[in-house]
Amino acid sequence: MSSVWSQKDRVAPIVEVRGLSIGFAGANGGKPIVTDFDLTVSPGECVALVGESGSGKSITARSLLNLAGEGARTAAHPFEIMGRDARSFGEADWRKLRGTVTGLVMQDALVSLDPLRTIGQEVAEVISSHRILTDPGAIRDRTLETLGKVGIPNPADRALQYAHQLSGGLRQRALIASAIAADPDLIIADEPTTSLDVTVQAQVLQVLAERIREGAGLLLISHDLAVVAGIADRVIVMRNGRVVDSGPTRDVLTHPRHPYTRQLIAAVPSGQSRGSRLASARFEPGAVDTTALAIVREPLPQRQAAGAVVLEVEGIAKSFTAPKAVGRTKSVVLQDISFDVRAGEVVGIVGESGSGKSTCAKIVLGLLPPDEGEVRLLGEPWSSVAEAGRRRLRRKLQYIPQDALSSFDPRYRVKDIVAENLPGSGSRGARRERIVSLLDLVGLNADYLDRLPRSLSGGQRQRVSIARALAAEPSIIVCDEPVSALDICIQAQVLDLLAELQSRLGTALLFISHDLGVIEHLCDRVLVFQNGRIVEQGATEDVLGRPQHAYTKSLLASVPDIQRGLRADVAAA
Amino acid sequence: MWSRIISRLLTSLVVAWASVTATFLALHALPGRIQDILAGDVEYPGLREAIAAEWGLDQSLPMQYFEFLSRILRGDFGTSYVLRQPVIEVVGSQLLPTVELALTAGVLAIVIAGLIALLTAGRGRLSRELASFVELVFASTPVFWLGILLLMAFSFNLRWFPVSGAEGWSSLVLPAITLALPTAGLLTQVLREAMEKTLDQPFVTTVRSRGVGEFIIRWRHVLRHALLPAVTLGGWLIGGLLGGAVITEKVFGRPGLGTVTLGAVLTHDVPVVLTVVLLAAFIHVAASTVLDILYVLIDPRLRAQ
Amino acid sequence: MTAPSHRAFDTAVPLDVPEDLAGFETPHPSATIGGPRRVRLGLILSGVFVAFLIAASIAPSLFTHFDPLVGDFSEGLKPPGWAHLFGTDRLGRDVFARTVFGTRYSLLIGFGGVAVGLGAGIVLGIIAGQRNRILDEAVSRLFDMLSSFPGVLLAMLIVTFLGQGMLNIAIAVGIAGIPKFGRVVRAQTQLIRDADYVTQAAIYGLSRWQVFIRHVLPNVLVAIPIIATVYIGSTILIVSGLSFLGLGPQPPTPEWGVMLAESRDVLRVAWWPGVFPGLAITATVIAFSVIGNHLQQRFEGRLA
Repeated sequence: MSSVWSQKDRVAPIVEVRGLSIGFAGANGGKPIVTDFDLTVSPGECVALVGESGSGKSITARSLLNLAGEGARTAAHPFEIMGRDARSFGEADWRKLRGTVTGLVMQDALVSLDPLRTIGQEVAEVISSHRILTDPGAIRDRTLETLGKVGIPNPADRALQYAHQLSGGLRQRALIASAIAADPDLIIADEPTTSLDVTVQAQVLQVLAERIREGAGLLLISHDLAVVAGIADRVIVMRNGRVVDSGPTRDVLTHPRHPYTRQLIAAVPSGQSRGSRLASARFEPGAVDTTALAIVREPLPQRQAAGAVVLEVEGIAKSFTAPKAVGRTKSVVLQDISFDVRAGEVVGIVGESGSGKSTCAKIVLGLLPPDEGEVRLLGEPWSSVAEAGRRRLRRKLQYIPQDALSSFDPRYRVKDIVAENLPGSGSRGARRERIVSLLDLVGLNADYLDRLPRSLSGGQRQRVSIARALAAEPSIIVCDEPVSALDICIQAQVLDLLAELQSRLGTALLFISHDLGVIEHLCDRVLVFQNGRIVEQGATEDVLGRPQHAYTKSLLASVPDIQRGLRADVAAA
Repeated sequence: MWSRIISRLLTSLVVAWASVTATFLALHALPGRIQDILAGDVEYPGLREAIAAEWGLDQSLPMQYFEFLSRILRGDFGTSYVLRQPVIEVVGSQLLPTVELALTAGVLAIVIAGLIALLTAGRGRLSRELASFVELVFASTPVFWLGILLLMAFSFNLRWFPVSGAEGWSSLVLPAITLALPTAGLLTQVLREAMEKTLDQPFVTTVRSRGVGEFIIRWRHVLRHALLPAVTLGGWLIGGLLGGAVITEKVFGRPGLGTVTLGAVLTHDVPVVLTVVLLAAFIHVAASTVLDILYVLIDPRLRAQ
Repeated sequence: MTAPSHRAFDTAVPLDVPEDLAGFETPHPSATIGGPRRVRLGLILSGVFVAFLIAASIAPSLFTHFDPLVGDFSEGLKPPGWAHLFGTDRLGRDVFARTVFGTRYSLLIGFGGVAVGLGAGIVLGIIAGQRNRILDEAVSRLFDMLSSFPGVLLAMLIVTFLGQGMLNIAIAVGIAGIPKFGRVVRAQTQLIRDADYVTQAAIYGLSRWQVFIRHVLPNVLVAIPIIATVYIGSTILIVSGLSFLGLGPQPPTPEWGVMLAESRDVLRVAWWPGVFPGLAITATVIAFSVIGNHLQQRFEGRLA
């Protein structure tokens, strides 16, 4: 394995930085945003930089390219790149370095590649602008070779396409190709797989791992410890612009020194965390060994047994016809979807992007009529009746969206948002009391009544969204990726809140997520969606513990997992 | 892509037809007899009868409408009763100086706007704020006042350029600058804002990380993105230049459509004003159609749809 | 089910983690770095200037004791000085007084034009912004048609029909502005129509009409004063151009465009009658633009 490299051969490092601090004039009260950061990356080595949003990890990585942003002030001693003192570099020196010594791969190739230029032009740019090759034929050959290297089939055809014409995985590979075309010594990958489905994520990580084997250094930036567990030799955990933990991957992940790192590891939902509070996790002192993490969590309250059927979905199908200009192609989005949800039950829908899970949610919510089949709510017809007929039952079916902020009328304050969903009239005082008790239920106090949602944090907004859904006293709540946009620790709190309220109130949940860990943590039953069909369904332990369908198996195999990542590392060594 | 272009062309035809129809309807919706409206301030025996015959006013409304449409298709825009000659001759003889002025000013404005935007977008704060202030001042300056100021400075005081007329290039310089500067002010605002928005896009960071120089980034990547919103302004640009030309001609006493139109408005010479306005609308529709098609060609994302 | 203690899950902070960690959430640094800290000075100056304009249009005699219409022939074409701040014109009228008294015409016609255009634009824009393809198509083509006539020329055509004068010129400029306002309102309506909170309101069980009245309409209307401020400057600009051409108020009205038209005869000997009214127009347009842009930025920041 590669971590042996740095210890055995003592190769000269590509980058060596000590005591790095980065600040911006006029921002953060003149104080630096990143302080006291050390980093060494050697050839053939992968260093991971892990932290939540706002930890300063991206700015730190970009400072290695002198691209931290306009007005960035960087100081370090030493600050060496390929043995040269970078502190004396002028803009021209940096420009010579970029692309040839350091290559940058960012998140989401759709916006990180120039959408008006072809993949081929984008990959060739680094070669031609550094005059590595000048002959157009040679540049073309190198471009196609690079595209082939990152696993893009038919490079000659793909080179003529634009980013929007490629699938997410191919696009990301093209972005990697554009970063490595001039064979840089160090690849800086900033959340390179964050917007990708798990199966594609695994493939893209493979492409990066291949680069390491070829001798490149990799600085991998991620918010997810599990992603880096399988590939990184060393991990640096950042928080608020400071390093809180660093060392060889195995040590950091099995003996996290800082409480923050511990929480980062323990707050990840999974099968093991079922029935317990994520945010309550802690390490049992002395119980930590090198092979497994001993995490102790407080249990959630007893669940109610499943009751009568609340929601029945019977054989629904949906397809969309593209406009005439595209040739009237009919795309089937959903086909033969049947399931039911009982009172007190949490049913998960898991699937990758384009699997039809959001369309299914829209049909269940009565926002979109199904082409075939029927949805019944509380035993009454739902999808087959007109909106006016549905209105009476509307409050029984509520919704928690992913992006809470955009689901709030920008003119409304917290109290108005919750009040709009309160049933009945009641006196002003009684309503206010009810709103306060709902906010209390989701862990917000009366001080929040007059707050505008824009001034709330992501977690608080999602709490308001939950309070709003509960205000209607629903029988079932559809949750569409409610925690996907949240940082891991906040996600843990919101998941705990949902689980807690669910077991206390017995409200059924239809929980949609792309994250198998979240589903495994929370759901009683799970439906696996692929290409608009349910490929497998059943009790969560059965489906995710003993998957039958090939797709479920591949999905499970692709999910990054700290334990598995570490085991794979051991096996490779 | 072709279906997109064809549907754009069809839309333009509909818009052109609608403007003709609206003009016809407006004429008939006005209080008073059409004869009186069209005659304007002119009065001589037999005039009303001649107009009634020319416009087919004794026929039914639909027949008049079809007559009107087919006449315009034939290029016959009626007769000016004030000038006593076919409108198309009046307008045709004055078209060239106006087009000359508008075109020169347009090119000048685009060059100025492009240069300033390329040089200042996303650069240091001082140059950016200075540029945005200058843009604001020019975009807020009335064309005619700018003309008056230039006249005072360069014609009366320095005597570099003639005060009026339309002979030779020297008489074109001041009017063209007058018309170009306010247009350039607005165009630069749009272009620079679009460029700065583009410079914030993640792909620019990617391009920088390849070691590409700042000017090349702007020239090769950013400008093309910024052209998209600027192209949508194209129609407005043409309308503004034509309208502005009318005012500029008045300031500098240049012959041209403006002088004709203004005279016609003041003497209620309806056929002439109608023709100029319709002609301007046709030019506008044609030009914005071309620009919209250009838009599709610039952006591959639209081509695919 | 055994009810747990009420606050149990609120304080579910892990035992070995400092309290502040559990609630750790700070905005992304990019939100705070390099954000344009606009110079507020321009905004303040613009606000003060607009306040002056409004005062001058309501009570112009507060600012000058000269009569804008009657001058002393013997005092003709006096350069700016203590007696006459902006000098006098050919007829000996005080240019400063005329400029001050001219404020009300520009503002009145400008606001009138915006009111006419925006009024029609709101109605048409909201109709086009609904989920009705046919209505949208029809209204949008109407906007295309109207906007294919260059604004100044369309206004000239309307003045030909209606005759010269203040009211007619406001109507003409307003009609020419309909497509501009209508498109902005249409885009705003569509934006809100498709917003998540409107979908959310349907889930509450509100009827379409209730959703429109409670969520769509108010959010469209809050943008209207901002749209008006953004466009008042350019409207004043067009109005002054038409007045300059002699299509608006007639001499001896102290309208800025009219004053500049009159100044052309004396430009060879006197610069001041040709400078100050133009300066007034430009400063007015700049002031309204600065305020309008500021409001727009704040509004968009609120939506983002």
